[in-house]
Amino acid sequence: MTFELPLLIFLVMTAAGAILVKDLISSVFILGTYSFTLALVWALLGAVDVAFVEAVVGAGLATVFFLLTLFSTLEKDTRLRRSPMPWTAMVGLSIVAILLLYGAADLPAFGDPGSPASTHISPFYLENSVGQTRTPNVVTAILMDYRSLDTLVETIVIFTAGIACALILRKGDS
Amino acid sequence: MIQAHDSVIVRTLGRIVIPVAQLFGIYVLVFGQHGPGGGFVGGVILAASMILAILIFGRDAPDSWLVPKVLHGDGLGLLIFVGVGGLCLIGGGQFLNYSHLEIPGLDDASRHYVGILMTQFGVAADVAVTGVSIAVSLSADDEDEEATHG
Repeated sequence: MTFELPLLIFLVMTAAGAILVKDLISSVFILGTYSFTLALVWALLGAVDVAFVEAVVGAGLATVFFLLTLFSTLEKDTRLRRSPMPWTAMVGLSIVAILLLYGAADLPAFGDPGSPASTHISPFYLENSVGQTRTPNVVTAILMDYRSLDTLVETIVIFTAGIACALILRKGDS
Repeated sequence: MIQAHDSVIVRTLGRIVIPVAQLFGIYVLVFGQHGPGGGFVGGVILAASMILAILIFGRDAPDSWLVPKVLHGDGLGLLIFVGVGGLCLIGGGQFLNYSHLEIPGLDDASRHYVGILMTQFGVAADVAVTGVSIAVSLSADDEDEEATHG
């Protein structure tokens, strides 16, 4: 539990740094650091599969795609000066932040067995997935068996992204 | 961006790192039912290793013989995934209900196990091919410009 607060502070620092840094390549690498920190947070919370995906996709593949995009475009943020934030945005964002914190106070505690997420259908998966599918990893059993139609549509989304990139970016490429 | 890298250190290191990364990707893919990981993560690791091969050796190098062939496999993973669902339909059940995979000698749970494994291979193939395809698309611009200017 002692690691959570430093990780959270580091997460906010890297997020702010990725936005504020002028050099876009530095920004991409700081964004990779942000993803890796987020993966550590997921791992601390016990969501190992999510942490794995976040580390591999966020810190690995997305960084490569951003870098490849930057090699084809400009590497610097060419705006000389950012316009200062208007006072309406300052006040409005503060109010939204206070509302979100107020709403977060009513969320169930971490790992609460009486919370809606733990009482609805999760116990069925935890009790029956090994017997029904012989798959010890419950996350894989849910993703690929109980919710396989959702996974199929997600796969179609990824396929469509590849097709769209090829259609837009490749010009006369064999 | 797609030309071969000329540094000896990078090429030698690539020869060592790329097979290890691909082996790890296959391990994550196959072991996804018993530990963290699965088709998506394994596919992304495979895609990353193949993108590394493109960046180091170039797209047309004989060292990366797998990469040009991989690009012809658009939709193969999706075909595997939907094909498993279609096999369930042929077996007389609902779409993607692995209980109706007609494999003789397997009980219900084992059929689900086989179905999960096959769909994971489908997802991995789809994600890996799409990752390499997007990387090639993103770096194809330079090559075309050089071709037109040169």
